[in-house]
Amino acid sequence: MNLIAKPSKDNIKTYVPIGLLLVSLSFLDVFVNAFFNFNLMGFLPSQLSYFLPLILGYIGFYLIRIEFSGVRSLDILNKNINSNNFNALLTLFTIFIIIKSIPPMLDWFILEANFVGNSKDDCTGDGACWVFIKVWFNRFMYGLYPDAEQWRINTAFLILFAVVGVSFFVSEKLKKYFILFLVFVFPFLGIKLISGGSFGLEYVESAAWGGLSLTFIISAFAILFCFPIGVILALGRRSSLPAIKYISIGFIELWRGVPLITVLFMSAVMFPMFLPDGTFIDKLIRVLIAITLFEAAYMAEVVRGGLQALPKGQYEAAKSLGMGYWRMNALIILPQALKLVIPGIANTLLALVKDTPLIFVVGLMELAGMIGLAKTNPKWLGMAMEGYVFAGLVFWIICYAMSRYSQNLEKKLSTER
Amino acid sequence: MIFKKFNIENKKARDLIPQAITILALLSVIIYFATNAQINMGNRGISFGFGFLNQEASFDITFSMIEYDGSHSYGRAFLVGLLNTILVSAIGIFFATIMGVVVGISRLSDNYLIAKVAEWYVEIFRNIPLILQIFFWYFAALRALPLPENGISFYDISFLTIKGWYVPKFIWTNFNIFLLSVIAAFIAIYFINSYATKQREQFGKQIPTTIISLATLILIPLITFLFLGVSLSFEYPVLKQLSPTVFTYAGGVSIIPELIALALALSMYTATFIAENVRAGILGVGKGQKEAAASIGLNKNQILKLVVMPQALRIIIPPTTNQYLNLTKNSSLAAAIAYPDIVLVFAGTALMQTGRAIEIISITMLTYLTLSISISIFMNWYNKKMAIKEK
Repeated sequence: MNLIAKPSKDNIKTYVPIGLLLVSLSFLDVFVNAFFNFNLMGFLPSQLSYFLPLILGYIGFYLIRIEFSGVRSLDILNKNINSNNFNALLTLFTIFIIIKSIPPMLDWFILEANFVGNSKDDCTGDGACWVFIKVWFNRFMYGLYPDAEQWRINTAFLILFAVVGVSFFVSEKLKKYFILFLVFVFPFLGIKLISGGSFGLEYVESAAWGGLSLTFIISAFAILFCFPIGVILALGRRSSLPAIKYISIGFIELWRGVPLITVLFMSAVMFPMFLPDGTFIDKLIRVLIAITLFEAAYMAEVVRGGLQALPKGQYEAAKSLGMGYWRMNALIILPQALKLVIPGIANTLLALVKDTPLIFVVGLMELAGMIGLAKTNPKWLGMAMEGYVFAGLVFWIICYAMSRYSQNLEKKLSTER
Repeated sequence: MIFKKFNIENKKARDLIPQAITILALLSVIIYFATNAQINMGNRGISFGFGFLNQEASFDITFSMIEYDGSHSYGRAFLVGLLNTILVSAIGIFFATIMGVVVGISRLSDNYLIAKVAEWYVEIFRNIPLILQIFFWYFAALRALPLPENGISFYDISFLTIKGWYVPKFIWTNFNIFLLSVIAAFIAIYFINSYATKQREQFGKQIPTTIISLATLILIPLITFLFLGVSLSFEYPVLKQLSPTVFTYAGGVSIIPELIALALALSMYTATFIAENVRAGILGVGKGQKEAAASIGLNKNQILKLVVMPQALRIIIPPTTNQYLNLTKNSSLAAAIAYPDIVLVFAGTALMQTGRAIEIISITMLTYLTLSISISIFMNWYNKKMAIKEK
């Protein structure tokens, strides 16, 4: 009778060891099956041996589900993964799927993959051919930029990182000048360095730019310009002057209502029609303008959210001090409003970075575009999986780092309030 | 001093000047662009107009829901593209909603493993550009499928191959009657539900509406099958040999890989955002609400259905509609893998053939704008309807 009693504190000594044994047996069966392709329960009828891990695990979890057992670790375990029958089943399925999916992933990424060599013929295993990434790495980073001149891109980014790095350690007063340099001087210095044409540097046309560095260049410039435009649009939308208000609304809603890809098409085929015959604006600049205006509209809506959230008293207090419109906004309203919407701003910037691969529609090739080019190279056919997994990983690291940083920033600023 | 006095006394004039300057600047830019456009079009020998929509398109489209071939007009090609956009958006919205709700609820699960898996799903798929996900599914994952001759078979009625997914075709007789019966069933359910609500509110009587509704939905169409001559048969795809090495499937419906890749990527990507909305919505319902509901004796399901969900939906729906809109706009990435949506068909092929950049880009943008604005009007209406009515 004791054997079929409900698991409780009284029979904890017999139930828990049996339960844990059954659960570990079930995981062991799946593990051995997945990693060594050997069926421990092969001697049983096939239907039964297929479901056995599930049945064993289920019974095991039932046996160890003892409320208020007094054993701390058991209680935590039960609370988190084994609170009822349904949860026990979910836990089992999740663990089975994870165990099952590790070996093929491991095989593809590492064990069966090829790392050495310099042509497709060196890839003999069934796994990934990382040789492809290794050989094309330079192109993925710099696009078609001439090899001999790539130090210029490196230098530009090194200066950027150095200035940003140093600015973390200098005093508040000096920091201001660092930021001014980064925003107003560096972008143009950097672009001059990369494009060349003067100071004895060879001119490199923008069509040759590409790879991950182009992603960074476009993101950086678009972020730089879309932010002030977005703020002005947001202020315009809340203006008391009807003409300015409705023009802002129209502008914002127009860009927000259409997909970026049509805006890029517009910049590529429709915009040249609007310029005097013979005028030519560089493709990269047209794309930059398109992305900037597009993201500025989204930025404007985010900033507007912050402006609306500020209590009216802030406006009245500023006015009662005799501040004019611009002084009030610059010194009182915007610093508070922008702080409120940091997550929204971060999300918009994140969307901007994720949108940069779309420039393929006008023929510019950043990382994803270069992979598209490389995988259609006759010598490297069939490398799409490696290429896109690599690009996905790179973008994921960038975007995940950005979102984490914004979350930290949000926390840091909210404690100050 | 005089200047200041002038300012105060003429507030209207002071307001007018910046507005006038803005309008003038805008107008001059528009006029400048328009004149340039006119000169440029004159040089190329084309004039502004939409007459080309009636001309013969003379290009084929790989996937179309309505009858179309090269002899149809550009206007018809536009319609084909628009329908394809709507199709992929509808499929994407359907699956994104289901996945989003499941993942969003999973993130709040008291099962640690499930919550972690859901969290990582969101973190991974939200932080990879959508276009890369589309490329991954289309160029890498779906290209790994077998050729037609050894396609993956589902009970021999449906086949998954590198050339697409072949599914049985529905052949209806008297489809209109069936459709009417479904509509009638929905109307009946509406009346049953409003009657049940009245009964509950006035007399406190509980009527099992879910079961009755389900029965109505099954019974009424079933009657049309039995008595009104509606029937349904299937046309299964069958393997056919074109030449010694080339095989294909005849019959049935082929779902092209472009559509599968696009729908898959769109729904997996958008699901992460919907999941976050769902999570925020459920978390947004105050703890006191749940405790109050529990203290008046509602059980766990009733709390969720009657107290938490109605309030959570009010938080969830506006941002989720926004996500639906984003999904529809993102479906324009179809152009990257040659799924014939409105951007590829119209802003791509038709533009290349006619050279009418201004008209075609304007029509494309206007189409998306109309879609966006109509959805936001609907959303505003819905928000007003759902808003808490305070007395």
